[in-house]
Amino acid sequence: MSSVPLNIDGRDLIGKPGQTILEVARENGIFIPTLCHLKDTTNVGACRVCVVEVENARSLVASCCMPISSGMVVRTDTPKVRASQRMIVELLWSSGDHNCLTCEQNGVCELQDLVYWLKIDHPRFAIQSPGHPVETTNTMIQRDLNKCVLCGRCIRACNEIQVNEVLDFSMRGSHSKVGPAFDADYIDSECVFCGECVNVCPTGAITFKQARFSGRPWEMKKVRTTCAYCGVGCQIELNVHDGRVIKVTGNREFGQPNQGSLCVKGRFGMDFIHHPSRLTTPLIRKKKGGELTEATWDEALDLVSKKFEALKKQHGPDSIAGLCSARCTNEENYLFQKFMRAVVGTNSVDHCARL
Amino acid sequence: MTNSIEEIEHTEMILAIGTNTTENHPVIGAKAKRAVRRHGAKLLVIDPREISLTKYADLWLRQKPGTDVAVLNGLMNVIVAEKLYATDYVTERTEGFEALKKVVKKYTPAYVEDITGIPAEDLKKAARLYAGAGRASILYAMGLTQHTTGTDNVKSVANLAMLCGNIGIEGGGVNPLRGQNNVQGACDMGGLPVSLPAYQPVANDEARGRFEKAWGVTLPPRPGLTVVEIMNAAHKGDVRGLYIMGENPMLSDPDLTHVEAALKHLDFLVVQDIFLNETAQLADVVLPSAAFAEKDGTFTNTERRIQRIRKAVDPPGQALADWEIIAGIADRMGYPMSYRDAEEIMAEIAQVTPSYAGITYERIDREGLQWPCPTQDHPGTRFLHKEKFTRGLGLFHAVEYIPPAELPDREYPLILSTGRVLYHYHTGTMTRLAEGPSERCPESLIEIHPQDAKAYGITDGQRVRVTSRRGQVEAKAQVTEKSPAGTIFMNFHFREVAVNLLTNAALDPIGKIPEYKVCAVKVEAA
Repeated sequence: MSSVPLNIDGRDLIGKPGQTILEVARENGIFIPTLCHLKDTTNVGACRVCVVEVENARSLVASCCMPISSGMVVRTDTPKVRASQRMIVELLWSSGDHNCLTCEQNGVCELQDLVYWLKIDHPRFAIQSPGHPVETTNTMIQRDLNKCVLCGRCIRACNEIQVNEVLDFSMRGSHSKVGPAFDADYIDSECVFCGECVNVCPTGAITFKQARFSGRPWEMKKVRTTCAYCGVGCQIELNVHDGRVIKVTGNREFGQPNQGSLCVKGRFGMDFIHHPSRLTTPLIRKKKGGELTEATWDEALDLVSKKFEALKKQHGPDSIAGLCSARCTNEENYLFQKFMRAVVGTNSVDHCARL
Repeated sequence: MTNSIEEIEHTEMILAIGTNTTENHPVIGAKAKRAVRRHGAKLLVIDPREISLTKYADLWLRQKPGTDVAVLNGLMNVIVAEKLYATDYVTERTEGFEALKKVVKKYTPAYVEDITGIPAEDLKKAARLYAGAGRASILYAMGLTQHTTGTDNVKSVANLAMLCGNIGIEGGGVNPLRGQNNVQGACDMGGLPVSLPAYQPVANDEARGRFEKAWGVTLPPRPGLTVVEIMNAAHKGDVRGLYIMGENPMLSDPDLTHVEAALKHLDFLVVQDIFLNETAQLADVVLPSAAFAEKDGTFTNTERRIQRIRKAVDPPGQALADWEIIAGIADRMGYPMSYRDAEEIMAEIAQVTPSYAGITYERIDREGLQWPCPTQDHPGTRFLHKEKFTRGLGLFHAVEYIPPAELPDREYPLILSTGRVLYHYHTGTMTRLAEGPSERCPESLIEIHPQDAKAYGITDGQRVRVTSRRGQVEAKAQVTEKSPAGTIFMNFHFREVAVNLLTNAALDPIGKIPEYKVCAVKVEAA
């Protein structure tokens, strides 16, 4: 493959044909801020936060969309670039209701980070929130379009990553907004609540409704694990606070098999973990037809082992059978079949693979 | 899966047969959709139901339920007749081609149209589409396997893939999409009546000998009973004690009336679960276990990737990890199982399971490995049967079409097919407690075609009764063209509409899988 020499911020670098300035910069540890950029989706150059100066170019260029060319000389940090970035960020700030005090994304908001990084005390324009009603018509995803910066990441996530083809821009100019067809709420649309839009939103415009007021981002312990539903084995992050799973997020850095994508069950199907109907103590039915009553582990396990031993002695090991589980771990299934074969002495062990 | 999930997105052609993957494995569904929309792959869907993948398909063949072998033989008939098959591959890597040729000869497009209802011209187009691709991946799931001819169906897709040289290559393969998080692992670990870990047959003296040595006991040589056989044996009194870990046969098994009678007939039933589910309510002893977020361990996904689960929160009350409970019983029965943690069990698994021999928690900490992974420095296996098949040459198993066990008749004129919906999972014990999914799908609906609805005087949203030879249930009707006329579709997530009261426990003779996709029912206003 041929290589493309270029210079960014005084450093001589080599890129590959077809790469953008942003890609080469990132590969080489040069920071260019972005809002609308979303890896593995179309580069749209919508937010203009990633502008850079290119020698001999007539104006600033969006680095996310500009392919590199041989001998290109790029500056990412000139006063002109910073002035432009400041203008854009101040316009974004002033055209929405960016109230960090109660925002769930406080601390992980990319707009907030940009404001801070550009050292902006206050926008020079009057703050004029568009006054969209906050969408609270479903239990899973809350949308506050007053915090939307129209970056379009949710649209590309919906159309290009999950390919559910539900979200798009509607209206024009300052009335522009994102959402399902006919401006419907999610719950009234074809949305399948995969939550990809929540995961990619740079601000607090699209958030997890159930997680509201349940813990700040910096209080969450993120535990990487594997989803407990289907056989894809999605890598997920359980966001834990005060000993409870608050929400489930995807992480694109985890790679295969799901590259950060999840579905409605993995994302919103974890209420069962802390449900009050969970079993918390062993139960024993003292006589046939009687009620199940609470017991200690010793009582329960003594009873099980004695009954199994008695059946084995009286009717042989094949009078006992076991069902292990496609829901339990490898370690547990291994141990279960070892128990049935080595301790009980039967091969009658199966599970619901066929069901 | 012979191949990897990642490859689905970058293959040239996807054949999805009997899999509603966008609802059952949505992230794989997204990869298939991306392959089509973003990378220009062709998509052929073969399914009686209008699943959402059909919207993305180049061609959709809508066969009558249970006629898959005829469809697949028909595709091969065209491919052979038009000489579209991979001649070098067939000669060098396979055997049994002549026998296959002989069997598929009579499955001409016209003959297949009679059996399946698929227009002959569409079948020809489909055959050319599949055979014309340089690399093609076949995806299938329970829509193909839950038939009395499930094994034949799987053999037929394997035949088709081999015929076109699609096994053992990147982006190809025969790829069953597993519906449960660790169904692959439970099978790998020997949770089957015929095999020890890594599918080593219990009946094989040498294999059994290895485990006898490792475990320090004498092991029974005779294969045991499968799920449905266990229920039958319990019914007869041959099985008297049953130990169930993390399963709910009282909703998931076919012919529930029979299952309930069987479980009640037991002398002693132990159920170990996170909930007091329908099965646990019948138990003599209920043991509370920890959920996946409350323990360490591994799951093996559908592409054979062994991945970690990690403890994030404490289990409620006195609940314990399943492995701790099993060890507690074994200890008391005079066989100490003193493992420090799940990792120590994995170390033992690696010793006795050749395909897992290279697995350690350290190695899979950041990214899971795909078995076979026979040594500590083996990188894992992205796709199987590269260069040669496990048995050497790939064997064509020529099979004839056999109709389903129970077909509609005058008394029960409709076909019932069962499956899952996006928002719920299996017997619903987990998802029905979830606010969001339950909001999106609060009740079980019976999908019925407008023609049938009209014939039986049923309107959308009306309560209807569905009856089979084994039982009856009631739920609201959803009048939709998703299922073809003559077929109704129901899910099995709702205990109050326990569809397995209706289903037929007729089994595939080899796979022992029940025929959930076809049984005969009648429908009337409730």
